[in-house]
Amino acid sequence: MTTTTLPPTEKTQPVSAPRGAISDRSRAERKLGWLLAGPAFLVMLLVTAYPIGQAIWYSLFSYRLTDPANRSFTGLTNYVVILTDGLWWQAIWVTVLITVVTVAVELVLGFALALVMAKALSAIRPVLRAAILIPYAVITVVSAFAWQFAFDIQSGFVNSWFAWLPGIGADTDWFGGWGTSILVICLAEIWKTTPFISLLLLAGLAQVPEVLQEAAKVDGASWWQRMWRVTIPNMKAAIMVALLFRTLDAFRVFDSIYIMTGGANGTESVSFLAYRQTIARVEIGLGSAVSVLLFLSVVLIAFTFIKGFRIDLAQARGEG
Amino acid sequence: MSVRSKGRSSGGAATRGRRRQLGGAAAAAVLASTLAACGGDSGAANALTWYINPDSGGQAEIAARCSEASGGAYTIETAQLPRESSAQREQLVRRLAANDASIDLISLDPPYIPEFAEAGFLAPVPEDVAERVTEGVVPSAVEGSTWDGEIVAVPFWANTQLLWYKQSVAEAAGLDMTQPVTWDQLVQAAQEQDTQLAAQGIRAEALTVWLNALIESAGGSVITETAEDPENIELGLAEDPGTRAAEVMNLVGTSGVVGPAFSTAGEDANVQAFEDGEASFMVNWPFVYGRALSAVEAGTLDQSVVDDYGWTIYPRVNPDDPSAPPYGGINLGVGAFSAAPELAYEAAECIVSDENQAYYFVTNGNPASSAAVYDDPEVLEVFPMAPEIRQSLEQAAPRPQTVYYSEVSGALQRSYHPASSVTPGVTGEQAAELIRAVLAGEQLL
Repeated sequence: MTTTTLPPTEKTQPVSAPRGAISDRSRAERKLGWLLAGPAFLVMLLVTAYPIGQAIWYSLFSYRLTDPANRSFTGLTNYVVILTDGLWWQAIWVTVLITVVTVAVELVLGFALALVMAKALSAIRPVLRAAILIPYAVITVVSAFAWQFAFDIQSGFVNSWFAWLPGIGADTDWFGGWGTSILVICLAEIWKTTPFISLLLLAGLAQVPEVLQEAAKVDGASWWQRMWRVTIPNMKAAIMVALLFRTLDAFRVFDSIYIMTGGANGTESVSFLAYRQTIARVEIGLGSAVSVLLFLSVVLIAFTFIKGFRIDLAQARGEG
Repeated sequence: MSVRSKGRSSGGAATRGRRRQLGGAAAAAVLASTLAACGGDSGAANALTWYINPDSGGQAEIAARCSEASGGAYTIETAQLPRESSAQREQLVRRLAANDASIDLISLDPPYIPEFAEAGFLAPVPEDVAERVTEGVVPSAVEGSTWDGEIVAVPFWANTQLLWYKQSVAEAAGLDMTQPVTWDQLVQAAQEQDTQLAAQGIRAEALTVWLNALIESAGGSVITETAEDPENIELGLAEDPGTRAAEVMNLVGTSGVVGPAFSTAGEDANVQAFEDGEASFMVNWPFVYGRALSAVEAGTLDQSVVDDYGWTIYPRVNPDDPSAPPYGGINLGVGAFSAAPELAYEAAECIVSDENQAYYFVTNGNPASSAAVYDDPEVLEVFPMAPEIRQSLEQAAPRPQTVYYSEVSGALQRSYHPASSVTPGVTGEQAAELIRAVLAGEQLL
C-alpha cells in the first residue's frame, strides 16, 4: 500500500461551453494565455526554429567551414551520400540498440526504485530520494569518465573485483571490442538516467487513486494482481511519457561514446557521426544533413509515441 | 502533477518577495558577467592573447618572461586549449572561421598548419621574421612551418619519438643497441624475453603518427603528391612502402608482444606499462624521461628503473634504410584577425629565442627546434638523450601535409584500427579508396 497522503483524485470536469461556441471568458483566458506564453514562444522560435531552419538550408550545400568561397548548392546530394553509406546504417543500428537496451532496463529499474521511494518510511524518504537522484545530477561527461576509469585495464577496479566471473580477468580490455564497449556505454547510460525515469514514475504512482487500491484489496486481490490490474493501468500515461522522454534522449547518445571509445570499434552513434562531419571535418553541409536526419528520426519517435500509443501529455502532467 | 498538492504551504508573500529579489539579483549578476565575458578583450590595448596547448606551465612562464622583456611594449596573456590536438584544432577552426580577433598567438600542432594557412587563418609572416626564425632550426621543424613554399608559422619546439628500452632486457636479448635496430628484431627480442613492445595502437592521432613513421621509414609517403583540389591528391598507401608498413603493423599487432589493451593504448598508457616493467621496448616522445624523473622525485618510481632506461633512434622498417621518426611539436601562428600582428610576431620571436627554448626543454621536457639549444650544457645535463633527439629531428618526416589533414588522418585511423586486423596489400588499398571517397564528398567518415 502506498503511504502517500494524496486525497482521492476525483476528477471534476470543468464546466465548459458547448463545442464550437467559445464564451467571452474562455476567449479572454485564451488571450491572456497567449500574452503570457508569447514571449517564451518567441524566444523558443528564435533559439530552436532558426537553427533548425539554418541546418536544413545548409544541408543542401557542399560547404566546408574553412573554404566558404567554394560553397555550392548540391540539392539532396548530401542526403543521398548519407543514406547510401554503410556507416550511417551501422550508426543507426548502434543507436537503436543502445536506445532499446537502456530504455528497457531503465524502465524496469526505474519502476522498482519508484516503488521503493513511494513505500519508504517517511523518515528516510527525503534521504532515499536524494540518494537515488544523485547519478542524475552528475554531468554526463563526468559520469562517462568515471565509468571509463572503472573499466580501464590499468586504472580500473572492475577487472580485479569481478575476476571471479567467467570471461573477466586482469587482461579484459573492455574498450577493445564492439560488444564490451557497447555494454559499458549502456551501463553508464542506465546508471545515469534511471533516476530520471524513476522520478517520472513516482509521480505516476502518486496519481493512482487510493480508493481503487483499497477496493481491490477488499476484493481479495493479491499484491501482484493489484500491481498489474490497478497500479500500472492507472499510470499508463506517466509510463509512456517517461518512455518517450528517455527514448528521445537515448537516441541522441553522444557523451559516453565520445569519452569511452571515441567511436572506435564500430561504436559510432548517429549523433557521433553528426559531430564528426560537422565539428571534426568542418563539412557543414554534410554534417547538417546528418543532423537533419537525426532530427527527423527524433520527430518520428515522438510522433509514433504520441499518436501510436495515444499519449496525452496534458493528462500526464496531471491536468486532465 | 499530483505532487503539487503536497506543496509546502509555509513561506508567505514576504519570503516569496525576498526570493524574487534574490532571484532578480542573481539573474542580473549572471547577465552582467555574461556580458562582460562577451565583451572580449579585457586587458590593456597592447595585450596579446596566446592560445596554448596544455603543458606543465612552461608557456605561461615564457609569456611572463617575454612580457617583462618587452619593457611594456606588450603583455602576453595565455588561454588554454583542450588537451587533445584534434580538439585544439576544432576549437581554433571554429573561432577563426568566425573571425575571432582575440586570437593573437596560437600554439599549433604542425599537421594542421596547411589547413590554417590555406583558409587564411594565419597572418602572413614578414620576410625578415621568416628569415630570422628559420635560421639554425632543424629541417623537420622548418618543413612543418612551411606551406606552399612559404613560411607560414614560427618554429617553436620540435618533438620526435625515440626507441626507449630497458638496457637489461636488450642486453639479455643480445641486441646491440649502438647499431640501428628493426621492428622485426624488436618483436623477436620481446618474444624471447617474454616482455611487451609498446606502440600506440589506439584509434587516435597517435595511430596516424605510427603509421606515417612506418611508411616514411619504408621509403614512401601517405600522400605522394599533394594538391589543393582533393581529386588531384595522390596517395602512396597501396604502393610497396605502404604494404611493408602494413606488414610491420600487423606483425606487432599479432605476434603476442603487445599488451592486452593494445587497441586502446596511447602514449600515456604505454609509458605506464614501461614504468611498471610490463613493456621493455617502447616508441614514444621524450616526455617519458621527464615523467620518470618526476616520479622518482615524488617517490612513486624507483631510481633503479630510470637507471635501466636506454634510448636510441626510432626503429627501422627495412634493415638497410634509415628510419624516418615521427615529427611533432608546436609552431606558433599569428591569428589573421589579430589587431596587432606586428606586435604578435615580435612576441613570437621572443618566445622562440634559444634561451626560452632551452628553458622549455629543461623544465617541461619539450625539445627545441633550434639546433643550438642541443649544445646547451644544462640541457645536456638534464636530458642526456638530447643528441639522439637532435639526430632524430634531422631525419624525422612530417605527417602528410595537406589542407585535408583531418580527413586523411581520420580515414587512416578508421582503416588501420585495430592494428591486428591490418592486412598487407589490402588495407592500404581500402584506406586509399576511403580517403578518395571522403575527399570527393561521396562517403561519411
